Amino acid sequence: MTELGLRLAISLTQIGAIMGIVIVTVLLLTLAERKVLGWMQDRMGPMEVGPYGILQPFADAIKLFFKEDIIPAGANKLLFTMAPIICLIPAFIGFAVIPWGPNWTFEIGGITVKPFVISDINIGILYILAFASLGAYGIIIGGWASNSKYSLLGGLRSAAQIISYELNVGLSIIGVVILAGSLSLVTITDAQQGWFWNWYLFAFPAPQIFAFGVYVISAVAETNRVPFDLPEAESELVAGFFTEYSGLRFAFFFLAEYANMVLVSCVAAALFLGGWNAPYPGTILELLGLPSLAWIENTMWFAVKTYSFLFLFFWLRATLPRLRYDQLMRFGWKVLLPIALANIVVTSIAVFVTQ
Amino acid sequence: MAYVFFGYFAAMITITSILVVVLRNPVYSTLSLLVMFFHVAGLYITLHAEFLAAVQIIVYAGAIVVLYLFVVMLLNVNRDDRYHSQSRIAVFVSIPLAIEFLVLLSGGMGAARRDPAAMAVDAQTSDNTLTIGKALYSTYLFSFEVASLILLAAMIGAILLAKPHIGKHEDKDMPQAPGAQ
Repeated sequence: MTELGLRLAISLTQIGAIMGIVIVTVLLLTLAERKVLGWMQDRMGPMEVGPYGILQPFADAIKLFFKEDIIPAGANKLLFTMAPIICLIPAFIGFAVIPWGPNWTFEIGGITVKPFVISDINIGILYILAFASLGAYGIIIGGWASNSKYSLLGGLRSAAQIISYELNVGLSIIGVVILAGSLSLVTITDAQQGWFWNWYLFAFPAPQIFAFGVYVISAVAETNRVPFDLPEAESELVAGFFTEYSGLRFAFFFLAEYANMVLVSCVAAALFLGGWNAPYPGTILELLGLPSLAWIENTMWFAVKTYSFLFLFFWLRATLPRLRYDQLMRFGWKVLLPIALANIVVTSIAVFVTQ
Repeated sequence: MAYVFFGYFAAMITITSILVVVLRNPVYSTLSLLVMFFHVAGLYITLHAEFLAAVQIIVYAGAIVVLYLFVVMLLNVNRDDRYHSQSRIAVFVSIPLAIEFLVLLSGGMGAARRDPAAMAVDAQTSDNTLTIGKALYSTYLFSFEVASLILLAAMIGAILLAKPHIGKHEDKDMPQAPGAQ
């Protein structure tokens, strides 16, 4: 029983640490997005709260906490309260299989612990895909339960969009899975060690450049971000599926959207950009004679990759106008899907020939 | 420990399956169907079939039930009582099911005694994605290809039914910028 308790304690510590990191990242992102958008549009961004506006996320959080919580008349109370939580859980649960640092193991009281991944299961990617697809339920249910036409239309749009683009995400990942021969994110990242041309973006038999392009576009679409933010298109649908939400429940949707962005960025970094591996073999800290601190450099590389991907989201938002709905669907099914399928065929042939 | 999990999943599957049929609100029915699929996936995990569990969630919970929900919300069948009084059909369906249940109870006892823990999980089969892939593409290659052909035929049929004017004047529906293809 002590063994079980110890295991539980270690897992809970890891979960707490990673939840903390994700929430801090989300806080940073809300500020970074407004600052980056401001700079790109030749503005200052938020400047009032704290020096240079850096306390803005806390001001936002406090404002959302103290807002009145309104449940519209005619809304389905049970589902209306459940929807933000249904949206939030899948966004956070996916982080359980993301490797944040080197694949080390050590023993505590006879239990093998991997400090940089909560759970190394052998179906890692499928696990993330499975829970990412469940995030759509929060949006649809929230849209339906609000008893508002704008919300319902936003929810239905999001359902169609997520189903279409989830397929492309899954298919673009398959090339990497073929190269690595495993579904576990830990194994996939380990296989990309060495110089940066070992990353699956550039890897020898079949560089996954097209797959990466498809993944990036589909990931933007799956997280409902500009230019694919039709579920919440403010010029047509007020605010889409969360039109009727206020206060803390709105904050939950907001948190879920940003956590999803972090999750897809982590997956992109782990699958295509080598995860925690530096672009050069080994680590500098190891060469300096500090192998026990090498994990700092590795996790920093992971953070750099993830954050540059997140920057791409802001960049796209500042640059591109929104697509029309039929353009969105046509683009997903007639452009991205054939590219992803062709990539699978080419990768399989290349791997078969070179083996 | 395994029995606790099995008991929980089995009980939840039974309850939610009944709720799917009993609940009056079709949206609630669909959601309990979703919970049911989720617990079936949990049952697969207790049997060490993680791949099957993930596929179960991706395909059924992630895609199919979303489409059900889509249809239920769009059609707004909320107050349609036509489908709530089908007791005669239900009786007809339940008689063969009840017979099957009795057959399973009487004849299936020998099979039920097999202890799941006794089935050895060796290192070769522990990565069940690999095992399933190898089995599908070697032993069951023919049936696998036949199944995919049937699915393809169904898909083309569905497209034909949904778009009867396919290939006639498709481009006139939507004005397009030159080079938009």
